[in-house]
Amino acid sequence: MSEKFDVIVVGAGPAGTACSLACARQGLNVLLIERGEYPGAKNVMGGVLYRQQMEELIPEFWKEAPLERPVVEQRFWMMDKESVVSFGYKGLEWAVEPYNNFTVLRAKFDQWFANKAVEAGALLINETVVTECIVENGQVIGVRTDRPDGDVYADVVVLADGVNSLLSKQLGFHKEFRPDEVALTVMEVINLPKEKINDRFNLADNQGCTIEIFGDSTKGNLGTAFLYTNKESLNIGVGTTLSSMIKAKLKPYELLDYLKNHPMVSPLIAGGESAEYLAHLIPEGGFHSVPKVAGNGVVVVGDAAQLVNAIHREGSNMAMHSGLLAAEAIIEAKKRGDYSESSLNSYREALYNSFIIKDLEKYKDAAHTFEKYPQYFKEYVPMMNQAASKFFTVDGTPKRDKQKQIIKNMTAERGTLRVLQDIYRAWKAVK
Amino acid sequence: MHIVVCVKQVPDTKIIKINPKTNTLDRRSAPAILNPYDAHAVQEAVKIRAKTGGSISVLSMGPPQATAVIKKSIEIGADRGYLLTDRAFAGADTLATSYALSKALERIEKDLPVDMVICGKHAIDGDTGQVGPGIARRMDIPPITSVIEVTEVNPQEKTVLLKRKLTSGYEFIKSEMPCLLTVEKEINEIDYSPMPNMIKAARYEPIIWTVNDLENVERTKLGLKGSPTIVGKMFTPPRPEGGKKLEGTTSQQVSQLMEILLEKKDLFTISKA
Repeated sequence: MSEKFDVIVVGAGPAGTACSLACARQGLNVLLIERGEYPGAKNVMGGVLYRQQMEELIPEFWKEAPLERPVVEQRFWMMDKESVVSFGYKGLEWAVEPYNNFTVLRAKFDQWFANKAVEAGALLINETVVTECIVENGQVIGVRTDRPDGDVYADVVVLADGVNSLLSKQLGFHKEFRPDEVALTVMEVINLPKEKINDRFNLADNQGCTIEIFGDSTKGNLGTAFLYTNKESLNIGVGTTLSSMIKAKLKPYELLDYLKNHPMVSPLIAGGESAEYLAHLIPEGGFHSVPKVAGNGVVVVGDAAQLVNAIHREGSNMAMHSGLLAAEAIIEAKKRGDYSESSLNSYREALYNSFIIKDLEKYKDAAHTFEKYPQYFKEYVPMMNQAASKFFTVDGTPKRDKQKQIIKNMTAERGTLRVLQDIYRAWKAVK
Repeated sequence: MHIVVCVKQVPDTKIIKINPKTNTLDRRSAPAILNPYDAHAVQEAVKIRAKTGGSISVLSMGPPQATAVIKKSIEIGADRGYLLTDRAFAGADTLATSYALSKALERIEKDLPVDMVICGKHAIDGDTGQVGPGIARRMDIPPITSVIEVTEVNPQEKTVLLKRKLTSGYEFIKSEMPCLLTVEKEINEIDYSPMPNMIKAARYEPIIWTVNDLENVERTKLGLKGSPTIVGKMFTPPRPEGGKKLEGTTSQQVSQLMEILLEKKDLFTISKA
């Protein structure tokens, strides 16, 4: 017995689940295949879920979804060895409906989200690995799983199999990703009583805070660290590009230990009990790394299509939106009864006209610039800290002299011309 | 050949936490799973069906979310599943549970005569192993516990050959059918379910029965009311003290070990009963 579905979706993360949900709602016969024990069992992200793209799929989802805290404050830390320059924004307009974004624990959230697709009529099968796409005359016609009698067929196969996407690699859509195209992030969930979190982060119940940490958090390498508040736990993690990690001979768990013991960080997590340890690759190649996303009988969504904006730490929202766009293209293709690449290319067009590819294009050279010129993280963050220390230390020096001194120190260290070059280069990369 | 397998949803006791104040299981701290022994019971039914033909029903009692263990049983290969779910069944001990399940079996039997009932040896949350024999007694069929091999099933003669595990050794039994088996984990290896089973399970809607679907039920024998078990006291046993590591050269370690063995020789003496 081998059954045929309208759509087979491989992977029950945000992209695959969004696509399954949207297709099932239109009455399509959807099979969603997940390799983990349950959706979310193998999924990792720092923990910020954005409202807008989720709400497109499930209006007022915050009323029932297993969320941790609405984020009311976003802090950014430029951290040196024993100091930090911080800025941020806290606004209570984010503490009320419809909120701005939320912290979430993926193991809980993804399960709930996938169940929404099941309620809409999608069939979910866990603990099943798709080993390859079944291709006939250049058309993907189904998937082979690792189970006995494991072949299943469909008009369209949606590849939402995550960052490494072995399936789209098998189809020749991309090559093995280079170490500078992926970041390795390690994180821990640390249990801490609610009252302690509220006190330490200056929060009320049902208010959350995110801290993005640059500089010494990665020992000056290209990457960031983060500390997010959940209801009764903290997510703390750090990631750098795989290439930086190899070049600097960093071990990811050592980097996380370094961060946890950093004098700026350790008081915030003190006394917490480590509950989970997670690690994952993040596609950070951006615009230049986006592979072919539509073929005959197949589309690629989410991390599998490398849709992550590392600068703005957006990914799951892009995944969901790409899943939705793919679903719309599949529904149109079904009306036409045409599942060829040219028919499914309407997904590619929609993707390239959406904020997803536009944002990735805006930052297309950013990662490359920061990777090639390590001074931004290695030198400017410590310089900022020294400048702030000098400026705010009361020692009888007139403030104007201090300003002069600060600028002199900076240009003395790197030379006036190079500082101007650095500023221009950074501006060009993110403009 | 119609086999009914009784299954239970249990918290995964490998990772469950104990509430230190009440000494009871904190059920929220662990995911609910199909009792592992019951999974082997379903698998054994699948193996028997492959030889004799016929069909497999699974039967469970529990809250509505226990449909998950019926779906899991369909993945392994069961044909259909019944869930008894009703406030009237809540709080049942092994006596009330075996009563309710035997009443459900009566109802199942009206549609399709039952040749064999298979249960897991015990559930990993209660560890009593009483429900299986309790059902057999009420159905007036032979209970055969701790089965580790179903050697031969003869549907024509209505007999079955079995191997049982005893505390010291094995026992070979020939029984008439219908009978009730409770099985050990070593009876089989659970197969990696084929894809069609997975699809069937994902789609499957278990048959839900409330107390009103059962016939001739004495309500006082159900649920908390029908449960005479009283828990006197619960405590967490002390953790065993750590062992001792023997150091030194091999011969030094051996002589140290011999000393310890001689000192504790009473532990190794087999008492003559």
